[in-house]
Amino acid sequence: MDAITTLLQNYDVPAAFWMTVKLTVLSAIGALVLGTVVAVCRVSPVGVLRGFGTAYVTLVRNTPLTLIVFFCAFGLLNTLNLSLASAGSPTEVIDNNFRYGVVALSVYHASFVAEALRSGINTVPQGQAEAARAIGLGFGASLREVILPQAFRGAVAPLGNTLIALTKNTTVVATIGVAELAYLMRGMIEFNPSLLYAIFLLVAACFVLLTLPTGLLFTALSRRLVVQR
Amino acid sequence: MSAPTVLFDAAGPRARARHRLLGVVGALVIAGLLVLVVRGLANPENNQLTAEKWAPFLDGETWTAYLLPGLAATLKAAGVAVVLSGVLGVLLGLGRLSQARVVRGVCGALVEFLRSVPVLVMMLFVYYFCIFVLGVLGDTSTFVGVVGGLTLYNSAVIAELIRSGVFALPRGQREAGLAIGLTPRQTLVTVLLPQAVTAMLPSLISQLVVILKDTALGYIISFTDLLRSGTTLSSAYGNLIPTLIVVAAMFVAINYALSLAARLVERRLQQSRRGAGSVPGASAGVEVAAPGPTALVADGAPER
Amino acid sequence: MTPTQKILGVAAATGLALAMGACARAENAVPEGGAGGDAGSGGPVTIGIKFDQPGLGQQVGSDFKGFDVEVARYVAKELGYTDVTFKEAPSAQRETLLQSGQVKMIFATYSITDDRKQKVSFGGPYFVAGQDLLVKADDTAITGPDSLNGKKLCSVTGSTSAKKVKDQFASSVQLQEYDTYSKCVEALNSGRIDAVTTDDVILAGFAAQPQYQGKLKVVGQTFSTEKYGVGLAKGDTATCEKVNAAITKMVDDGSWQKALDDTVGAADFKPDTSTNPPKPEPCS
Repeated sequence: MDAITTLLQNYDVPAAFWMTVKLTVLSAIGALVLGTVVAVCRVSPVGVLRGFGTAYVTLVRNTPLTLIVFFCAFGLLNTLNLSLASAGSPTEVIDNNFRYGVVALSVYHASFVAEALRSGINTVPQGQAEAARAIGLGFGASLREVILPQAFRGAVAPLGNTLIALTKNTTVVATIGVAELAYLMRGMIEFNPSLLYAIFLLVAACFVLLTLPTGLLFTALSRRLVVQR
Repeated sequence: MSAPTVLFDAAGPRARARHRLLGVVGALVIAGLLVLVVRGLANPENNQLTAEKWAPFLDGETWTAYLLPGLAATLKAAGVAVVLSGVLGVLLGLGRLSQARVVRGVCGALVEFLRSVPVLVMMLFVYYFCIFVLGVLGDTSTFVGVVGGLTLYNSAVIAELIRSGVFALPRGQREAGLAIGLTPRQTLVTVLLPQAVTAMLPSLISQLVVILKDTALGYIISFTDLLRSGTTLSSAYGNLIPTLIVVAAMFVAINYALSLAARLVERRLQQSRRGAGSVPGASAGVEVAAPGPTALVADGAPER
Repeated sequence: MTPTQKILGVAAATGLALAMGACARAENAVPEGGAGGDAGSGGPVTIGIKFDQPGLGQQVGSDFKGFDVEVARYVAKELGYTDVTFKEAPSAQRETLLQSGQVKMIFATYSITDDRKQKVSFGGPYFVAGQDLLVKADDTAITGPDSLNGKKLCSVTGSTSAKKVKDQFASSVQLQEYDTYSKCVEALNSGRIDAVTTDDVILAGFAAQPQYQGKLKVVGQTFSTEKYGVGLAKGDTATCEKVNAAITKMVDDGSWQKALDDTVGAADFKPDTSTNPPKPEPCS
């Protein structure tokens, strides 16, 4: 317990924790938006879009997240010079790292969101789609009014799993110097090797604190929102 | 996606024209983005597409000295992690299904804990544990760090797969086992477990993709995997972006092959299942709804 | 079977599995190849170097190039070793590689410090470097660490050199950390950051790479003194004496200067001649 107190006094654990939370929330929103677009592309009647959706999921899901983070930081930012922060601002470096961290996490997890939505679409019985068409709804309307609302409810459980995975995967952006929990953990261990167990437990506890409620919430949600058939 | 979906009708002439227009617009947008990226890379400021940055990949030595040893290390770490987490995962999974409440509770808590801690955090822990507590160093510490981190996390995932696989089996299986005089333990091990493992096989194979991808996290604890040896290569030739592209292509190719294998296994299982009574809800990962026979669109094998 | 027996059974099985895992690991823990016999006895030797530092210790195909590598080869030859194996010695693992005997000597931009002397012994120094800055060749604004206010400075994770600049010279400098210097240099080359900081000879090694030649320059205002020593196991004075003799000989017969010119010289890098070539310190 003493060890934990020492660590909390010497290191800004709350700041790193807050950074992890920010990364998680913003990336989750980004991934949900991008993932829905990809999922709609994948089931759309337009061949080109379908091809794009499939290619996106295949490529992104099979690439390690570390590489995607590298492509964002060293490809988009350092090579193509696409800055996401205002040039000359005193926090330009930190802002760019953080924002590209969010971009990388969104891009990566969008593929899992798309897959979750597709499995959600699969829980919608064929009759629903047929009924929607029978009353004269087109592709867009039947997706918007009938299929997707049910699909989201059916996809709650896998979406929850994706959110938990995302929370944990925020650690990977430590590679480009975003000061979140794993980054802090490494710094703490290098300078206090004797407190190894306390450091591990502290960081692990932070993640349990984030993922456990998420898991419980989504399990409860998926029970409540399940479409009775 | 060969089967026509029921989400939209066979298009009439106006819809066809609209789809064609959308297709052209979509293709133009995608092509435009690609052109922008390629032009950005070819830009004289960057010069990422010059022959000298790509020439190293035509040299056999680049592959034998950097990329192939890196790939071998990646595959070795993934392989060892798969075997270890398979063994530990089955044990933990059986522990969660045990009759004894204490075992069930301990295994359950352990699985939940391991599932909520990031792989990277566990890798860092095991790595520094090797260095500072065990005094194990150099290549061994990074290897143990990677394998240890992967094993701890994935054994928990496999335990969950086993458990949900057993739960998804028809009740009659267990009842029949008990009825012919097997003990609960024997029923679990000889009747339920084999069926659960078979039913979960596609998910287990997709988990291989996850493990293989996650070995790239070993980069952060300086394990000389494919990504790390690629970085060494790029510091010799100053071609970071081309190297990252080549390394990504290698990862995608291997993982895609594994995903295809998972789908193949799943299809064969579905075929053999048709005669022998179905195992509902067991084919698509933890808590993921299974694509029933009424699936609206073709399904892949989801993972985490 | 009673519930207790079951618990014991599962516990035993889990323990067994863990033990098996541990055994598999323990087998790997045996030092690979060994680090060669006694000093000067000839035969094979394992030497720790950097694998990713151009101009000093860089893997090029299946070969190794750089100033550290040249000195290592010369010293090994002088000590009578005929068969040299190079092993990667990342900064964080240098002491432990020596202590566990996995390598006999380390030539890896290894600064002699009092802290490190508690754990290992040093031969040499064979080079005296100093912390410096690498900037674009046409940059005239950055002349030293105190002109970095408002600029973007890159260094590697876990290094204190960037923090030192921020604390002592330029409080409003923005720090970027990557895991390797090569990523910093690539970002500098694209203009995303303004300067890279570490020892001057390391920076010169990057500036001398063909793809960066003429585009980058070392500022040449060192603001620290780093004596690169030959890392040896603690108390290995016998080897230390021989290493020192070999380094003195290398300097005297001109091989030292030639090795320096061949490796990091291409970027017009001139080491500080008031400290270089250094006289080896007495072994303790």
